Amino acid sequence: MDKILDVQNLKLYYYTSKGAVRGVDDVSFHINKGETLGVVGESGCGKTTLGTALLNMPTPPGKIVDGKIILDGIDILQLNEKEIRKTIRWEKVSMIFQGAMNCLTPVYTVEKQMLETLQNHREMEEGAARERIKKYVNLVGLSDDVLGRYPHELSGGMKQRIVIAMALFLEPSVIICDEPTTALDVVVQAQIINLLKELKQKMELSFIFITHDLATEAEVSDRIMVMYAGKVAEIGTNEQIYGKQGPAHPYTRRLLAATPRLHKKIEKLDFIPGTPPDLLNPPRGCRFHLRCDQADEKCRSEVPPLKEIEPGHQVACWRCFE
Amino acid sequence: MSEEILEVRNLKKWFPMRRSLPQVLKGERNHVQAVDGISFKIKRGEIFGLIGESGCGKTTTGKLIMKLMEPTGGQIVFDGRDVTNLDAEGLSEHKRNVQMIFQDPYASMNPRFKALDVLLEPLVIHKIGAGREERTQMAKKALEEVKLTPPEEFMGRYAHMLSGGQRQRVATARTLILSPSFIVADEPVSMIDLSTRAEILQMMKEVQKDLNLTYLYITHDLSTARYFTDRIAVMYLGKIVEMGDADELIDNTLHPYTKALIAAVCEPESGKVNKVKEVPIKGEIPSAASIPQGCRFHPRCVYAKPECRERPEPELLDNGNGHFVACRRYKEILKDLNN
Repeated sequence: MDKILDVQNLKLYYYTSKGAVRGVDDVSFHINKGETLGVVGESGCGKTTLGTALLNMPTPPGKIVDGKIILDGIDILQLNEKEIRKTIRWEKVSMIFQGAMNCLTPVYTVEKQMLETLQNHREMEEGAARERIKKYVNLVGLSDDVLGRYPHELSGGMKQRIVIAMALFLEPSVIICDEPTTALDVVVQAQIINLLKELKQKMELSFIFITHDLATEAEVSDRIMVMYAGKVAEIGTNEQIYGKQGPAHPYTRRLLAATPRLHKKIEKLDFIPGTPPDLLNPPRGCRFHLRCDQADEKCRSEVPPLKEIEPGHQVACWRCFE
Repeated sequence: MSEEILEVRNLKKWFPMRRSLPQVLKGERNHVQAVDGISFKIKRGEIFGLIGESGCGKTTTGKLIMKLMEPTGGQIVFDGRDVTNLDAEGLSEHKRNVQMIFQDPYASMNPRFKALDVLLEPLVIHKIGAGREERTQMAKKALEEVKLTPPEEFMGRYAHMLSGGQRQRVATARTLILSPSFIVADEPVSMIDLSTRAEILQMMKEVQKDLNLTYLYITHDLSTARYFTDRIAVMYLGKIVEMGDADELIDNTLHPYTKALIAAVCEPESGKVNKVKEVPIKGEIPSAASIPQGCRFHPRCVYAKPECRERPEPELLDNGNGHFVACRRYKEILKDLNN
């Protein structure tokens, strides 16, 4: 399969007065064309930071320190800001932000704000631009009459659909969704997930689906990448993570055991004691060893590499290599 | 002592809306019917879950029971006493007996208070304990109850020095310090990371057993509700549409709305990526200011027939085993689904 995006040894640090916070620390992965990669982890594990890094748009005081982001054969970190704006951002990679429905300007109608983005990127006649906006609004399952409305006249689900339409209408090849459904009610959540699945099939898009919810990820992602404290813990296919055999990394295993199930009566849910480490001074060795019940001497002293243990299944855990 | 600690009878909360000039002239007023006549009983020592989408009135119900708001109509009976209309003294006592855990542990703690001050404040307000010394002892005991040990280590910390889970523990300790018998927990874990969510729920369960508390657990999350609660009531647009034993309600769902909610929940299992999920529901939730006539769910119900709109709203009736449902056609619908 063709790799559309290849990330190699990416490092993004936040430079604070206390020192460098290693938000994303040596992360490598790839995405194939027409595939959804899920990125899961607790808050503060670097999943949103990773999303902003892929647009080369780190939130200050963050800086990309090292690594390569190869999109369609081009390393986007070598481009300057102007080139990225013109050729990459929203053109090739777009992002649906967390709580995206609050990103709409309250004083503009839906059509006006969509038109603004579109005309900034493409030189288009106003008529043609309006046609295109209409097409994409219909594509996300809304009727034309929402175009004349203001955001406060729309429900949360409708606003989320508008934001998805905006992420799509410049026809990018990769779309980063950062918690696109967390602020929505379950029924609306299911509808948005169905919409994203349909779009993926219709338009051969690649998605990066960032969420903290392992259950949602199981419904949408072909492959799952689990992050812990700025590093990749495990990458596997949907079947390898959620299937009978279960995930390999102790962190993923315990996170899955902590997820409540609706259709199963569970007497006692597992949990992971302690909190994620401080990324100013991450612990030596494996970053999970302080909370892991299987850690031994090697885990405490040496950082485990991300190694393939079966085709398509990579894990960073010394105990899994044995 | 009666078996029920709380009984709510036909409770209503309508919020008045701004009027247009013609409405003023005609003397009319529209209302947002946030809670529109609900009745339920909670047994002593039970964990009762109130579930629904945002805007269904579940938080308003919690606030009404807390007496943070005055109901528009109906009755609240707590511990055998009618608490619907209380004087200042009675209100103060009620607020000691009924405490609340809020959703956001980051916003519900004063950032300039140490954990100890947070715990002392309710004691000062309710004039419990003589002097700081005795109150500090009570605070220590409360911290031990929520497993923040040793308490000395946590008492001096400010909110920002605690993790989300620890803050929610302090919030729980703050409710426990007045030795209430009833706790309203409004989405207590929705802002907490998955890895510690189960820990907080387990702590709440242990405290509940140790101190023989009763919880009203308000949430939108069916999965945690099944794990945490004994009984569940599902709310839609200000009304309870289904109520019953947690396992029974989820395994043998009767109401079409609950069915749709359950179908929409994601489960962490493989093999669902390429399937489009069927959620048997239409359209979007209508505004609580203009509730549909007849059964209020009929515009979104995929099984609705003209009679659902034409006949008066179905009542919440017992199906026989303590499983209540407010749908006239549920038996027919179940039969159709089985065929």
